[in-house]
Amino acid sequence: MMNNSINITIAGSGGQGVVVVGNLIARACLMEGKNVSGWVAYGAEMRGGTANATVVVSEEEIACPFVETPDLAIMLNQPSLERFGSSVVAGGVILLNTSMIQRLLERDDVEQLHVAATELAHRLGNLKVANIVALGAFIDHTRLVAKDSICRAIEDLFSAKNPQMVDLNLKALEVGADHYTLAKVQT
Amino acid sequence: MGQKVLLKGNEAMAEAAVQAGCRFFAGYPITPQNEVPEYLSWRLPQAGGVFVQAESEVAAINMVFGAAAGGARCMTSSSSPGISLKQEGISYIAAAELPCVIANMQRGGPGLGNIRASQGDYFQAVKGGGHGDYRLIVLGPAYVQELYDLTMHAFDWADLYRNPVMILGDGILGQIAEPLDIRPYRPIAELPAKDFALTGCAGRASRVVKTLILQPADGLVHHNEYLQQKYRRIEEELSLYEEYETEDAEILIAAYGMSGRIAKGAVRRARQKGIKAGLIRPITLWPFPKEPFRRAAERVSRILVVEMSSGQFVEDVQLASECRVPVEFFGKGGGWYPLDTEILEIVESMQANPSVWATRKD
Repeated sequence: MMNNSINITIAGSGGQGVVVVGNLIARACLMEGKNVSGWVAYGAEMRGGTANATVVVSEEEIACPFVETPDLAIMLNQPSLERFGSSVVAGGVILLNTSMIQRLLERDDVEQLHVAATELAHRLGNLKVANIVALGAFIDHTRLVAKDSICRAIEDLFSAKNPQMVDLNLKALEVGADHYTLAKVQT
Repeated sequence: MGQKVLLKGNEAMAEAAVQAGCRFFAGYPITPQNEVPEYLSWRLPQAGGVFVQAESEVAAINMVFGAAAGGARCMTSSSSPGISLKQEGISYIAAAELPCVIANMQRGGPGLGNIRASQGDYFQAVKGGGHGDYRLIVLGPAYVQELYDLTMHAFDWADLYRNPVMILGDGILGQIAEPLDIRPYRPIAELPAKDFALTGCAGRASRVVKTLILQPADGLVHHNEYLQQKYRRIEEELSLYEEYETEDAEILIAAYGMSGRIAKGAVRRARQKGIKAGLIRPITLWPFPKEPFRRAAERVSRILVVEMSSGQFVEDVQLASECRVPVEFFGKGGGWYPLDTEILEIVESMQANPSVWATRKD
């Protein structure tokens, strides 16, 4: 929760790949020798409802694995933004998937990254990689971990189960990094 | 140290069991521990072991009873309501002095409760949840790595003392994924031969494992005295805890498991603010590590107990500190957890108002 650690919340609708994004960030942190604690909200989750995952990254031993007020956030759909948008700390960074978010966040005390992740994924031929497009933009801007670490995490996670998805995901990562805008918010 | 992997607490515990030579698991599904049977359902057969999804929690614990009697390293896991169902079997296993490991990844209660994390089963675990005078060795891990390491030790302590061992975790510890060093198993002591095991008595005298022990002369008295002697020996030999910043501490936080690690974060921040706070985090919950509290009670001005229940562990802290210093309490019940920010606030208010700070219950 407190200083010396970076708290991240990733949210979207069930099926948008929120858990995979959390998993990839956590794996990349592990590869870089950072302390990390990842958590996926579990419970009576329903199709179409919101799913969320959190990651705490720290140079020191992680005490509190919960994220109440994220420093960094990835919001893949409108209900997630409604739920978590106000919890991001002032000075934090929030990424919005503008394909699925029409009402943007009216805050000028956080950095907003806008990326049309779902549309870009559609252009890549597979809607499933919208999460990775968003992750590409997120990592490119925040430099939370090296891009190479995320690439290795993708290979690590997908090569066993779904090897044909590795190249597509790596491509999605590139596309995301090349197609986001740092929004100027008027309030 | 090898390459670390990212595993959920539940998976780490399951892998540790396999590494430690556990070859039999029986369980019945319940959130938030389902990754344990899920993992073992493929991993145990791979290691030449047996995984059984039993028809109920009662069946599962009795299957473990049988496997332990047969000399196998064996385990069951569940979460709070499921552990309640197992209590009769646990008492039987304790009476028969059979080694096994039981994991309780606690969730909110009472009753069906909820599937969030809790520490509301502390009394059940450390005071004896089933009938009769028996004790479980109870361990309270706080980190995924510690859960892994303690699970291996749990099998050793079970064999060493011929006693069931309970891992008292919680839903969060089971669900969080953290980097894990898959350390190879090394026994912590020379373990006794399993000369009780029912392996077929051809060519040797038969053995009897039983829970109904009625000697003609004294009924159950002798067996109970014998068990109590064993428990005293365990109390003398087994005491694990983490002490953090206690040397010059004025405010001591006592917390275990998930609350313990969160409290450690609060101590770290309190120190940054110049408040002399410290932490004792018991790792063995039975036997309870009394000595560090007895020592601390001579130095600190107050103790703050933090736990994810409405006040159970706090009683053992009061006993261990012999009520020599005021003990304040911050508990979160119903499946909720304390935040380090909240704990820090309380520590700050204790520091600011040494005399008027009252017990807080949220």
